[in-house]
Amino acid sequence: MQWSAPRNDGPSQAAGNTTGNTFIMSDIQYVAPRTLDEAIGAYAAAGSAARILAGGTDLLVQMRSGAVKPGLIVDIKKIGEMTAIEETKDGGFRVGAAVSGMALHDHPRFGKVWPGVLEAINLIGSKQVQGRASAGGNLCNASPAGDSVPALVAAGAVVTVAGPQGRRELKVEEVPAGPGRTNLKPGEIVVAFTLLPRPKGASDAYLRMIPRTEMDIAVVGCGVNLTMKGGVCTDARVGLGAVAPTVLLVEAAAKALIGSKLDEKALEAAARACSAACRPIDDKRGTIVYRTKVAGVLLRRATAIAAKRAQER
Amino acid sequence: MNVVTNNKWIGQSTIRPDGVDKVTGRAAFAADTTMPGMIWGKVLRSPHPHARIRGIDTSKAEALPGVKAVVTAKDIVEFPVDKSVMLGIQDMRWMCRNVMAREKALFPGHPVAAVAATSEAIAAKACELIEVDYEVLPWSIEIEDAIKPDAPILHEFNTFEGKPSNIAGKMELKKGDVAEGFARAEVVVERTFTTRAVHQGYIEPHACLIGVGADGKTTIWSSSQGQFMVRAMTSLLTGIPQSDIRAIPAEIGGGFGGKTIVYLEPLATMLAKKSGRPVKMVMTREEVMRATGPTSASTSTVKIGATKDGKIVAAQGTFYLQAGAFPGSPIRGAAGCSFSPYDIPHVLSIGYDVLSNRSKVAAYRAPGAPIGAFAVECVLDELAEALKIDPLALRLKNAAKEGTKASHGPVYPRIGYVETVEAAMNSEHYKAPLGKLQGRGVASGFWFNAGGESSAQVNITEDGNVVVTTGHPDIGGSRAAIANVCAELLGIDYRRVSVIIGDTQTVGFSNLTGGSRVLFASAMVVTQATEQVIATLCKRAAKIWEIDPEAVTWEEGAARPAGANAGKFPPLTLKELADKAPALGGPVGASVQLNTQGAEGGFGTHVCDVEVDVDLGIVRVVRYTAVQDVGRAVHPGYVEGQLQGGVGQGIGWALSEEYIYNKDGKVDNPGFLDYRMPVCSDLPMIDTILVEVPNPKHPQGVKGVGEVPLVPVMAAVANAVHNALGKRFYALPMSPPKVLEALEVAQAAE
Ligand SMILES: Cc1cc2nc3c(=O)[nH]c(=O)nc-3n(C[C@H](O)[C@H](O)[C@H](O)COP(=O)(O)OP(=O)(O)OC[C@H]3O[C@@H](n4cnc5c(N)ncnc54)[C@H](O)[C@@H]3O)c2cc1C
Repeated sequence: MQWSAPRNDGPSQAAGNTTGNTFIMSDIQYVAPRTLDEAIGAYAAAGSAARILAGGTDLLVQMRSGAVKPGLIVDIKKIGEMTAIEETKDGGFRVGAAVSGMALHDHPRFGKVWPGVLEAINLIGSKQVQGRASAGGNLCNASPAGDSVPALVAAGAVVTVAGPQGRRELKVEEVPAGPGRTNLKPGEIVVAFTLLPRPKGASDAYLRMIPRTEMDIAVVGCGVNLTMKGGVCTDARVGLGAVAPTVLLVEAAAKALIGSKLDEKALEAAARACSAACRPIDDKRGTIVYRTKVAGVLLRRATAIAAKRAQER
Repeated sequence: MNVVTNNKWIGQSTIRPDGVDKVTGRAAFAADTTMPGMIWGKVLRSPHPHARIRGIDTSKAEALPGVKAVVTAKDIVEFPVDKSVMLGIQDMRWMCRNVMAREKALFPGHPVAAVAATSEAIAAKACELIEVDYEVLPWSIEIEDAIKPDAPILHEFNTFEGKPSNIAGKMELKKGDVAEGFARAEVVVERTFTTRAVHQGYIEPHACLIGVGADGKTTIWSSSQGQFMVRAMTSLLTGIPQSDIRAIPAEIGGGFGGKTIVYLEPLATMLAKKSGRPVKMVMTREEVMRATGPTSASTSTVKIGATKDGKIVAAQGTFYLQAGAFPGSPIRGAAGCSFSPYDIPHVLSIGYDVLSNRSKVAAYRAPGAPIGAFAVECVLDELAEALKIDPLALRLKNAAKEGTKASHGPVYPRIGYVETVEAAMNSEHYKAPLGKLQGRGVASGFWFNAGGESSAQVNITEDGNVVVTTGHPDIGGSRAAIANVCAELLGIDYRRVSVIIGDTQTVGFSNLTGGSRVLFASAMVVTQATEQVIATLCKRAAKIWEIDPEAVTWEEGAARPAGANAGKFPPLTLKELADKAPALGGPVGASVQLNTQGAEGGFGTHVCDVEVDVDLGIVRVVRYTAVQDVGRAVHPGYVEGQLQGGVGQGIGWALSEEYIYNKDGKVDNPGFLDYRMPVCSDLPMIDTILVEVPNPKHPQGVKGVGEVPLVPVMAAVANAVHNALGKRFYALPMSPPKVLEALEVAQAAE
């Protein structure tokens, strides 16, 4: 009987690993088109068995666990528009849906203008995961706990969607329909996020509660986007994650902040509004009572960070 | 005992011999091995917590193209329930039913059949085609449900106090008369504590590759804490004699006690035997979480009484530990270790082994002792508070010493418990100021430690270097430490000593890597073997010099005449003597096999600082010092590593780790996302203070060090949380929702 440990026998180890894959690669078709039209064509033609692949940090995990068994994988990372970061002349940004967290981190300007959005995206996973994971994937995976989504909702980001019927635009908060479900139509792909130019005195922040310090999933996530003028809050948006079937835009919390100097009374009202907006579940990750309380705490803390950043800008 | 103080290698943190392979990814773990013609095995597991198996129809699976073999309980040797057959601490009656459900499936994840096929996908498909006729039965998961009078009974043959019961055993340790002791107490604290089941959390899932030849000769490549345990259990469960089974220990990616029993090996052996092909099996993380380990959840009540001057006069503990689906929870560790650091005249300690529909528990670092210590050390903290005594001073006042009769039986020889308390009291940490919302807690702990069977060969190579072969898998760096010992005795550079772990057919029987035995036992046998080698080398030099062998000594790697009277000869080095070996009687080597005795228990005292985020209920450990009597730190780096690793696991147990069950009786968090083991950034740098009180019964003074460091941790953390918040927690884990809730209750009460 012949034994081989890999240290003596490289090829045999590789052969062992390929036969070891739980999903059989030949059952799955993979395409990596260079244009959006080709991608939409292939994706729409294959129907519900097809899946878009951005970073794959959700999709591959789901395939491995057997939760999804796609017949066709459409890799969108070869499409220029979807991996580009563009700063418009007026100071706005257009971020391709498949841009990785690390690529966005390395952009010289993006994090200066949208520190809250960037920190939310960069919180996803670890360094290794950051090399792949995208905001588009985070949004389309439609987990209520996705980290980038509350920050993008607070930022008022708009997504461009392209499908067999052409292009349309949606607000970020309009994309998720429920856990694991989106409002995208069959064959539609998220192409890019558009973030408007922002005035001086505007900034944002994102905080999440996780029991560990990293490699965890948000029990509550809160994005706050503020515009401050002379110490007064003139504009605000608040996004809350992991407290309802979809990420929430909490207008009542924003209202409580706008017009105030972010004094205790305004903060208390905004925190209450966040807690009131919660429709969480009791599960292994947190209780209803806990999530409801923590939503308000994070609102206060994220507001303080965003306000400080706004002052410095 | 070796009293030489100018050691060259003992006490050095030498580079670990397996280090380069591990950091470059070349090290071969069990799942890395392949064989020509290899096929894949997969286990079909019960979806039910409790069900009678009325029948299993495997015909559709067997008919699937690519399927080469299917096994069920019929293929595994049965041990009747009425006769105990022990292998170490495991009873084969339970093992044979744990590896493959027989009459009943007893927990979700319990194997009911296994398939081998040409690919993993086909094996998985074949599992789906197996039809199991289950009669679903009522079940219980938690201790309080399992011990109710009307609880569903797991094993009808198991009785307690004359009735069918889920209490599988009781043990009682008694010293003095507690009633008399408590009558004299002026302050008594009694509390009840609960802990949750936690997994050992080794990163490498169970895996094996097994080939059975046409002649029945079997080769097992697997990752375990004992290749001899793998051989013996596989032999008993398959009927193949031990002499026909060669179990090769792969590198192991963690065990912490969880790899001291087999799960896959008997199944893969039978699949290989039936199919005639080598069979590989690798568990997924989910399988690991559902069907292996963990350690027990528990409910403990501890009562301690003292006089006003802080002298403890009586202590009583009742510990209910979950066994899972089969008897055998670590009540001995819980009941037997928790009062051991103290000199208490009257002690009564009772443990109950409780069955329920969970996976069978496996050993986990000082099995049972951390559970007992959590209760005892928290009560001591309350007692110190009530007596207005510093908690370490209370421990010092009641510390066990040489001559103390331990509550678990023995009279202690020279031990180092007092030294650990003093070192903690004198540490800079214990005196450092605390910040806002920070608190400090202390706790001590004890573990028995083990010796037992160990074998080693020391062979001099033809080029004058050394190969040491031992029989215990290296989990904690034992190869480096053994090389230190051998190099020290031979007086040569430790890099000339290569230490390997032999397989079952090339080295003598060696007990499991468990019980903190490995360096204690293997250093003892390696010392004796090396001394025999040195004696041979001296004899050979004597022959060359034509003097009496008694007139030769071995120093600094060479034979030398012992003093002027012996004559004047230039030294003969190891290399020179190896060169001359053929002419002088042949190869030089020695083999020693012992049942090692004299492993003394170990003590530790820990100091923990926490900081609490009171709005989110998050407790973070911000500073930690583990003090331990380590006997002799042969390799200080790995001793420190053991202490730090134990503390890391204890912090997880205290704050975030727990098995969560859903309403269907299934584990709801069978993966590392929701089973929250701490990650690096959750922990501070863990400081250690190594107190060295050498074990008088060991040539190098070695004591086991690997298990003690988990024992005090949960209590140290809980006591620190109390110090920070003024609020005591009696249930683990102290997870954020629970901490926040407790703070709100406290606030509402104010
Ligand atoms: C170790 C680890 C840690 C993680 N930690 C976090 C964390 O801390 N926080 C967090 O929020 N998430 C976390 N995740 C989940 C995951 O990394 C994120 O959701 C990530 O943003 C997904 O992006 P992706 O590009 O990899 O998506 P993919 O896996 O490629 O796609 C996700 C889903 O969206 C669809 N999709 C992707 N792009 C598009 C598009 N442009 N148009 C339409 N559909 C699309 C895919 O078909 C798929 O269903 C973690 C994952 C791992 C493996």
